[in-house]
Amino acid sequence: MALQEVCGFNKFSYLYSEWNISASASVYLEDTFFSFHNRKNTDFGGFFTGSNGSPLELYVPVAEYLKESPLQFGQASPNVTPQPTAKPEYCSLPSLPFPAGIPLSASSSIPLPFQLSHGTTTLAFQFQGGVIAAADTRSSCSGLVACPSSQKILPIHSHLVGTTSGTSADCFLWKRILARELRLYQLRHHRRLSTGGAAKLLSHMLHPFKGTELCVAATLCGWDQNLCGPRLFYVCSDGTRLQGELFSVGSGSPYAYSILDRDICWEMSVDEAVALAREAVYRATHRDAYSGNNVDLYHITAGGWKRREREELKEEYYREKEREREKVAERRRKMEKADGSKCVK
Amino acid sequence: MEYLIGIQGPDFVLVAADNVAASSIIQMKHDYDKMFKLSEKILLLCVGEAGDTVQFAEYIQKNVQLYKMRNGYELSPAAAANFTRKNLADYLRSRTPYHVNLLLAGYDETDGPGLYYMDYLAAVAKAPFAAHGYGAYLTLSILDRYYKPDLTRDEAVELLKKCIEELNKRFIMNLPSFTVRLIDKDGVHDLEKLPIGAK
Repeated sequence: MALQEVCGFNKFSYLYSEWNISASASVYLEDTFFSFHNRKNTDFGGFFTGSNGSPLELYVPVAEYLKESPLQFGQASPNVTPQPTAKPEYCSLPSLPFPAGIPLSASSSIPLPFQLSHGTTTLAFQFQGGVIAAADTRSSCSGLVACPSSQKILPIHSHLVGTTSGTSADCFLWKRILARELRLYQLRHHRRLSTGGAAKLLSHMLHPFKGTELCVAATLCGWDQNLCGPRLFYVCSDGTRLQGELFSVGSGSPYAYSILDRDICWEMSVDEAVALAREAVYRATHRDAYSGNNVDLYHITAGGWKRREREELKEEYYREKEREREKVAERRRKMEKADGSKCVK
Repeated sequence: MEYLIGIQGPDFVLVAADNVAASSIIQMKHDYDKMFKLSEKILLLCVGEAGDTVQFAEYIQKNVQLYKMRNGYELSPAAAANFTRKNLADYLRSRTPYHVNLLLAGYDETDGPGLYYMDYLAAVAKAPFAAHGYGAYLTLSILDRYYKPDLTRDEAVELLKKCIEELNKRFIMNLPSFTVRLIDKDGVHDLEKLPIGAK
C-alpha cells in the first residue's frame, strides 16, 4: 500500500503476517497492474479489513453479515436484489426537502427500527486567527427532540476538531475510530498526521460502507504545524472530500451560508469571527426545525483548540426581541420630537 | 449539473471543466479542479457520483504512475484510455460499480493528439470533440457547426467561449467559472479561466 511504502512501514510486515495475507495474494508479479482486490470484501475469519489488510487499515471485529455485499447490510431478508444506483441522495444534505419527498429509507426493503436523526446546523471557517467551528446541540428523531444538549463538535486530538452531521451514532463512532488511528500514526511515525491526511484516512475508511445506511458528514478543522497553518476539510460518507475555507453542513446549512457569505473575510478579528459564527447558528436554528437549543463554539489556533461556553439560544432570541422593541420605541420618540418641534414654530 | 468539454486540434487537445463542487442545492466549493493529471501529457476529466469520481480517478492515476515506475516509460493515451475502460467495465459487472463519466485527453509522440469519451457503462469512443453533462445537450450542436479538423489554438478557444456563452445564456444552473487546459507536444498548459475575469 502506498502509504506504507512512503512511511517505510514494510520492514514491520513480518509482525503482522496474518494481516498481510491478502496483500501477498493480490500482488501478482506477472501482472503489470496492482489489482484492487478487496473491493469484494474477502473473507478473513470474521474480521473486516479494508484493502491489503495492512495494520494501518481499519480493524473492527464485526458480525458475519459485513462480509457480504455492503448493499445487503441491514436488510431483513437477504434475498432482496440490491439496487446499486439507488444510492440515497439525502446523505450529503440530510433532512432537506429536495427533491420532493424522498423518504429517509431510500429502498423500501430495509425496515428501520426507528427514524435516524439527521437534522443539524454545523459550520466551520478559517480566518487569520485560526479556525472557528460552531454547531447547534439539538438531536432530532423524526419530529421529536431526542436530546436538546448533545455535543456535535468532537475534539479528535489537541489540534484537530471534527463537527458531526448525519447519524449521531455513526459520527461519534467514526470520530473515535479516527482518533485511535491518528494516535497510532503519531506513535508509529513520531509526527502528527496532517488535517488533509486525516481527512483522506476517514474518507477511505468510510468508502466500503458507501451505499449502506451509514451517514457521516463531518468537517475536520485543524492546525498543521508543518504546513500553512489552519486547515479545513469536509468529508462525507458518500465519498466527497473537499478542502476549503468555509463549510456548513446539515439541514440548517443554507440559512447559515447566507449569513456567513455576506460578512466573512480573512482579516476578521477573533471576536468578530465568534460573533459571526454565533449569529449564523442562531439564524439557522430560528428557521430550521431540526436545529436549536444551544450553540457550541470551538476556536482552533496554533496552540490547540479552545472551547467557548455553551450558550442558550432562547436567551438570544429574547434579547433580540428586546433590542427590536427598543429600536422601535427610539424611532417613535425621534419622530414625535421632530413633529413636536415642527408644531412649535 | 457538471460539465466537461474537449476539442481536439491537429496538434493539441483543448479541455475545460466547470469548477463547482455541489451537494444537493448548495455549491460547497467554487474552485474545484475536476482534472487529474495521469502523466506529463495525459489528463483525465472526471464527473459523476460524489465519491466515485475521486476514488476512481485517483486509482487510475496511481496505476498509470506505477506503470511508469515499473517499466521506465509512460503509457500512451490510447493505452491509458483502454485501461480505464477495462476497469470501468470490470467494476460495472461487480456489486460496486463506479458511476463516473470521463474524458481522457492526451498527446502521443507517434499518434498525435487524442480525445477519448468514456461513460459509466464503459463505452469508449475516440472523438474530435466531446462533452459531458446536461450542458452537452446545449453545446454539441455548436461544436458540430463550427468545428473544423484543422482549427488553430485560438479558434479552439473561441469555439469554447461560444459554448460557454450558450451555457450562461440557456443553462438553468449557474456555472460561474471553468478551468481550461491545453495539451500539446510540450505537455499540459494552464490557460486563463473562462469566462474572462472569473475568480
